[in-house]
Amino acid sequence: MNVRRLAFAGPLVALLLACTFFALQSPRFLTGANLSLVLSQVMVVGVLAIGQTLVILTGGIDLACGMIMALGSISMSMLAVRHGWHPAIAIAGGMGVTTIAGMINGLLVTRIKLPPFIVTLGTMNIAFAITQLISRAQTFTDLPPLLTWLGNSVRMGNTPIAYGALAMLLLYALAFVVLRDTAAGRHVYAVGNNIEAARLAGINTNRVLLSVYMLSGLCAGAAALLSIARTGVGDPQSGQTENLDTVTAVVLGGTSLFGGRGIVVGSLVGALIVGVFRNGLTLMGVSSVYQILVTGVLVILAVATDQWSRKA
Amino acid sequence: MSTPIVLEARGLVKRHGQVTALDGTDFEVRAGEIMAVIGDNGAGKSSRIKALSGAMIPDSGELWLDGARVHFTGPIDARRAGIETVYQDLALAPAMSVAENLFLGREHRRTGIAGSLLRLIDRKRMEREAADHLRALSIGIRSITQAVESLSGGQRQGIAVARSAAFARHVVILDEPTAALGVKESGMVLDLITRVRDRGLSVILISHNMPHVFELADRIHIQRLGQRAALVRTNEIAMADAVAVMTGAVAWPATLQPKSV
Repeated sequence: MNVRRLAFAGPLVALLLACTFFALQSPRFLTGANLSLVLSQVMVVGVLAIGQTLVILTGGIDLACGMIMALGSISMSMLAVRHGWHPAIAIAGGMGVTTIAGMINGLLVTRIKLPPFIVTLGTMNIAFAITQLISRAQTFTDLPPLLTWLGNSVRMGNTPIAYGALAMLLLYALAFVVLRDTAAGRHVYAVGNNIEAARLAGINTNRVLLSVYMLSGLCAGAAALLSIARTGVGDPQSGQTENLDTVTAVVLGGTSLFGGRGIVVGSLVGALIVGVFRNGLTLMGVSSVYQILVTGVLVILAVATDQWSRKA
Repeated sequence: MSTPIVLEARGLVKRHGQVTALDGTDFEVRAGEIMAVIGDNGAGKSSRIKALSGAMIPDSGELWLDGARVHFTGPIDARRAGIETVYQDLALAPAMSVAENLFLGREHRRTGIAGSLLRLIDRKRMEREAADHLRALSIGIRSITQAVESLSGGQRQGIAVARSAAFARHVVILDEPTAALGVKESGMVLDLITRVRDRGLSVILISHNMPHVFELADRIHIQRLGQRAALVRTNEIAMADAVAVMTGAVAWPATLQPKSV
């Protein structure tokens, strides 16, 4: 228990240190408007990272989530604009597409017994190609308001907060409770800890694995909606940075890439760390190339700290 | 003086291609006894155990539990029937707590709508019951919420045995429970096995360690070449003779044939 708390405290301390640093560098950093902006910038990666956390907790990895998200956002906007579906049904259709994509990942992992890394590397490319083909590499504009509704803001005091950011926080709370307080959630940890032990304890390990990949697909669908809400368009090129940023967020959040250890809320902290660095460095006028460089250094530091703390 | 037979196998056969792992072999264990299974490598010990624990389906033969014919198609079937197995490579989840490991796959849910609709688990109840259970078996653990990986090898084995004892209704099968342990920790686990037996459960103990077998077991099943070479009371045979039969160095005297026990 103490170890688990410590594993969570590390990322939180890192986030606070980063905030302190940027607050000292730029007076604009700690304003409500800027922090709300960080939250909005983080919401797409944040929601994708929930699914990524579930998969990584089982000892797998989902390299396709960003591309599946792009497929979902194109499906939603195409169904609504080109085919004239009711926007609510178009949204449901897009989420169905991403969930089925996740299910294909899950079936390849559980039935054909292929390594998750290879499966999702393949479906990443397939999802990207299908997205380009069905969208003819065109961006969808003039979307019905329901598709971009999550981009609206509620004012808290003087600070506007996007509905999407609140939705993300809600999803994290839900994932946190399910992982901590339901048998299904504990079985995700058990599978990542010792899959053979889980099987011998009567847990249907294939069902657990299939579920996490499907949920990762569903998260990609939700993230697709957030991405549309944020940019106002259905973009076939979306999801490319977010794809691996989810892994960064999960690792920075203290979840072990070997599975079985971690807290989903840590991934939110991880996503915020990346978001704060990008935002803070932008405020300082540092070029975006350095932001990418810093992100890379952060990931390696996080994994090194993780390894070191387990040995100690 | 004998208690009734709880678990019995008749004429089990299992072939893997050219290799015959079980060659029409019998097995029995009575209520409240510790039955040791010894045999050289390749004698069919683990095949026998897998057949009893449902992990392997024999090609032919019968299993009887508590007087009724049973068919196991997997470990879950055997567990439902009241047979719990502790596998040699400790089937525990290292990063999860002692209580969570005890109830893994059998979590208690909260009462009322929180449990039935929201499907929330009752962590407090599981921790309380786990603590009570470990105390009843005199397993000393500092905290029921500590991760299993923070325990010593003997303590982990203790948790695994305690879990099986908590849920078994008839038989506990232990596969080499002291293989990876030092002297002191082995002693701890051996005491624990005795306490499990004293609760009225039957224990099947697979072991290479002859002193442990002779210290604990009420009877010994000697497995050789896929068959039961002998079934003897521990106090009626010398350790050296048991080893001799096990390795095939000695033929068995007719007066001590299995049926005489």
